[in-house]
Amino acid sequence: MNTSLSRRLFALGLMLAAAALTTAPAFARTVTDSAGRAVEIPDTISRVFAAGPPASTLLYVLAPEKMIGWVRAPREAEKPYLTASVRDLPELGRLTGRGDTLNLERLVAAKPDIVIDFGTINDTYRSLANRVQQQAGIPYLLIDGRFENTAEAIRLLADVLGVKGRGEALASATDAILRQVDDVIARVPASDRPRVYLARGTEGLESGSRGSINTEIIERVGATNVVEGLREKGGLVNVSAEQIIAFAPDTIITLDRSFAQTVAGKPAWQPVPAVREKRVFLAPSLPFGFVDVPPSVNRLIGLTWLLHILYPDKAPGDLKEQVRSFYKLFYQVDLDDAALARVLDGAG
Amino acid sequence: MRSAAVLPALAAALIGVAIIASGIGPYPIPPQDVVAALARRVVGAVNPAPIDTVLFQIRLPRVLAAALVGAALSAAGAAYQSLFRNPLVSPDILGVSTGAGLGAVLGILLGLPVAAIQFLGFGGGLATVLIVAALARALRGGGDILVLVLAGIVVGALAGAAISLVKVLADPYEQLPAITFWLLGSLAGVKPADVAATLPVVVIGLAPLVLLRWRIGVLSLGDDEARALGVEVTRLRAIVIAAATLVTASVVAISGVIGWVGLMVPHMARLLVGPRFDRMLPASILIGAAFMMAVDTLARSGARIEIPLGVLTAVIGGPLFVWLLARGRRRALP
Repeated sequence: MNTSLSRRLFALGLMLAAAALTTAPAFARTVTDSAGRAVEIPDTISRVFAAGPPASTLLYVLAPEKMIGWVRAPREAEKPYLTASVRDLPELGRLTGRGDTLNLERLVAAKPDIVIDFGTINDTYRSLANRVQQQAGIPYLLIDGRFENTAEAIRLLADVLGVKGRGEALASATDAILRQVDDVIARVPASDRPRVYLARGTEGLESGSRGSINTEIIERVGATNVVEGLREKGGLVNVSAEQIIAFAPDTIITLDRSFAQTVAGKPAWQPVPAVREKRVFLAPSLPFGFVDVPPSVNRLIGLTWLLHILYPDKAPGDLKEQVRSFYKLFYQVDLDDAALARVLDGAG
Repeated sequence: MRSAAVLPALAAALIGVAIIASGIGPYPIPPQDVVAALARRVVGAVNPAPIDTVLFQIRLPRVLAAALVGAALSAAGAAYQSLFRNPLVSPDILGVSTGAGLGAVLGILLGLPVAAIQFLGFGGGLATVLIVAALARALRGGGDILVLVLAGIVVGALAGAAISLVKVLADPYEQLPAITFWLLGSLAGVKPADVAATLPVVVIGLAPLVLLRWRIGVLSLGDDEARALGVEVTRLRAIVIAAATLVTASVVAISGVIGWVGLMVPHMARLLVGPRFDRMLPASILIGAAFMMAVDTLARSGARIEIPLGVLTAVIGGPLFVWLLARGRRRALP
């Protein structure tokens, strides 16, 4: 009779322990992220940590109320173009990507419900996600950051965060912009496609080769990136002034204000057709870059902008109104005429 | 090889390499157009064709800059190898390249214009060697080479650590690629103004080395022997370090950190003309200039994008050096 009593006590102890364990965290849902990982997340999510600038931007457009901080604090010039509640959120640092500056202890101290990362999906990032998840005990979601996946990414994150209505609105707007782009380039014959050079840095000698994430949207609007790289998937490269003359681009898109202002006076750039015909365009960057940095949903408006400068006679609608409505829908800010002019002028 | 004929032959080879290098690049310029452009320049024609722009604004400054970089680094390397009596010494032994690198990447981190970055690079290199010399003097009164080398290693390591810290702090999307590329060395952004600023400094720095080359050669016999032969060892050492630092800092400021040239070219020169410094120094200068011009030609035309010079000097120079060693094993090494 002793053994059956102790066995019952043992079973009772096990049941109590099981009850205690199941009452602790409220992980009620399982979602599958873009990397195919099944992640258990809480029912309600109110604090989200974004692991890098692309994730930060994606989170901001979908659910700014759930942000707990920025990867890099917005500069003063950028703040008026962000919705009021997020302007003064603290800078938390970057978790993955090129350059970790975040201590895991600080991640835990920030008490996020989940961590999201928006970018490349490969085994390295999968294992990083798993490690952080195990060490910090915080669910970690990987979302595919490829540009053609933007609408899907928005829908996935909206489902996770429980903001499906807003997610659907943004995803439909994304699809509409992409349809518009395809419409326009369908009407442009291959011989009329512009040859574009992306000039980074004050000297303009740094660029992205074909297939790089930096020039993705330039290539998406049907332009030819003059910089051929060594591999199909490009990256950041350096070129010499001579090489640019040999490429002979008819349009230059630059991210650097001083380059845009001084290139016409540089003798080494005179033979370049884009400089001669004054087709050097400074990409807007308030609050997020239109073209290159960060490589996230902010580039959607860059598509519209590029359509208007590369195919002015075929691009539909008024650029200013399209920018205004994009900022209202995605960034939730109203742009008055002065602010709109500053944005399009490439200020900041 | 008869020593009297070698130096003129090297000079002729240098001119040949310069002419060939001027004709090669991503923008196609046939040789007859090069000559025509030069003639137009001499006559003073006002309307520049694109070829003129490419040639005089981009390519010729770059070829000249490559020659300066090669000459300066090789001369500095040869002088240091004689001074420290050690064939494994490179111009960076007292930390000038690392210090220049630190100055320049700080400039990139702070987002300064290119001229300021170059100036910070130059200043950083000079400052580093000054610190090393001051440290060595404070420790042992300046008479001991070993202390100098150790101080150089320590300060160089500190500068290297600071560079790594800057890389961590830099913006990975905007600044880090620029920093990485600068630290690998490149002449892609060289302008005529850069050459105009660097040329006189290099000439001023090389002059004492060339004029005092017999005495510097005597230094490799050892301090006591040199003093017995009437050479003021301490003063000469200071002059050599100052001159080598000046030329190295000035070229690193425009080209970034390029390793291997200062270490290897003096050995090539030694294999050709022997270990006597008064012959080896001019040979090093000529070979270094030609080598760097050839490597830079490859950097700009080997692929459609720029290949960093530091990568090419190691990839080309290493096997080349092994080949020369295998051929010239009979020649004496100090």
